[in-house]
Amino acid sequence: MSETISRATVAMTVNGRRHSAEADARTGLGEFLREALGYTGTHLACEHGVCGACTVMVDGVAMRSCLMLAVQADGCEVTTIEGLAAPDGTLHPVQQALHEQFGLQCGFCTPGVAITLAAVTRDNPAATVEDMEKAMSGHICRCTGYQGIRRAIRQLAGEVPGPHGGEHA
Amino acid sequence: MKPAPFDYAKPATVAEACRILSEAGGGATMIAGGQTLMPLLNLRMSQPFILVDINGIAGLKGVSRGDGGTRVGPATRQSEALRDATLNRHLPAFVKALSHVGHYQTRNRGTIGGSVALGEPAAEMPATAVALGAMIEIASVRGTRTVAAKDFYLGPYMTVLEPDELVTGIVYPDWADGHVVLFREVAQRPGDFALTGLVGAAEVAGDRIARVGLAFFGMGPTPIRMVQAEALLTGAALSSLDVDAVAAAGVADCAPFDDHHASAEYRRLVGKRILAATLREAFNLKVAA
Repeated sequence: MSETISRATVAMTVNGRRHSAEADARTGLGEFLREALGYTGTHLACEHGVCGACTVMVDGVAMRSCLMLAVQADGCEVTTIEGLAAPDGTLHPVQQALHEQFGLQCGFCTPGVAITLAAVTRDNPAATVEDMEKAMSGHICRCTGYQGIRRAIRQLAGEVPGPHGGEHA
Repeated sequence: MKPAPFDYAKPATVAEACRILSEAGGGATMIAGGQTLMPLLNLRMSQPFILVDINGIAGLKGVSRGDGGTRVGPATRQSEALRDATLNRHLPAFVKALSHVGHYQTRNRGTIGGSVALGEPAAEMPATAVALGAMIEIASVRGTRTVAAKDFYLGPYMTVLEPDELVTGIVYPDWADGHVVLFREVAQRPGDFALTGLVGAAEVAGDRIARVGLAFFGMGPTPIRMVQAEALLTGAALSSLDVDAVAAAGVADCAPFDDHHASAEYRRLVGKRILAATLREAFNLKVAA
């Protein structure tokens, strides 16, 4: 693509399904996923890269969908929160851990949190609590439900978090 | 839709990118990782007519060794650079500083060149380029030139880059094997921009510091090379090093600012303390009684 364009047809695979839709050059990937393709599980909040709610995987790599244009994801494979659970509805281990450990309150930040933890644990199945917590610095939970997320992380790392871990939820 | 409208181009070569930039007459902006630019676009603080995406230019990616230095392509992703064996082997200070840039998710997309070329004064990579003595390679339709990192930064997000110019490489000179890495930063949360921080390297021969490069970030409108502290340290004997005098000299070159996170005076105080603490730790010096 060497010419200058203001609008383009963007084709991408989302959670294994192929899609194609028109987008303005300035349309963000997160907005495209939500508005053009209907993947509203991806949540847009700050839209300047601070909060992490919009995190998706592009070609298997976790990144902010608000800091990337839809046209830049042309030809890419995108994984959103809708693509984490198995087709039969079995939750992804990250989703299961968040569920069991009360790792979400209002749930707005959860799609991004789950995608990050899924990427970290896939790249390193032996990821430690510290590895996952470091990656979590890129997410804000405005319910401040961090201790539930941390318990879920301990569960994912094979530790036994215990009921509320003796900490404030 | 947050950004103002723009057209988009994805050139395949540096020459083509330069031509688009030149024809746009200052109305074009480059995007590499976009982790700094996209927020500016979404907030409409940046409103280019044309966005030139350099991710399709293969020659701008990767790390290579040459003539006494390591060359980093500007479109190299930060996460790839962190894992790069050559950078880990030859430029540990670069890797240490890079590990503090943004978050896991932004490092997966953000690039070295984007961080270096944008010149955010509180960012790690511009200061690292200054401290380590990097040379920045630049191209345009008018030709190519190379600028030392210490002469590259003019102010916040202002550099010597002309609107038609593109950074094509950043070359970091070699530091002797076993050199000492100097790094520390103070930020409110991991991944936030630093309130203040420092980065550098030092070569030690016997009891003497043979060579040193040091720069502060978050301590002025640009990365601040610690010229006076470097002068005191170069050739100094570790056994009789006056760390507090060096720390005072280090902040003497700074021009920190007040913002809602910290006052200029606080930044200066923290800068002095982290410089002293970093030097003592790196050279295994005791606090004077």
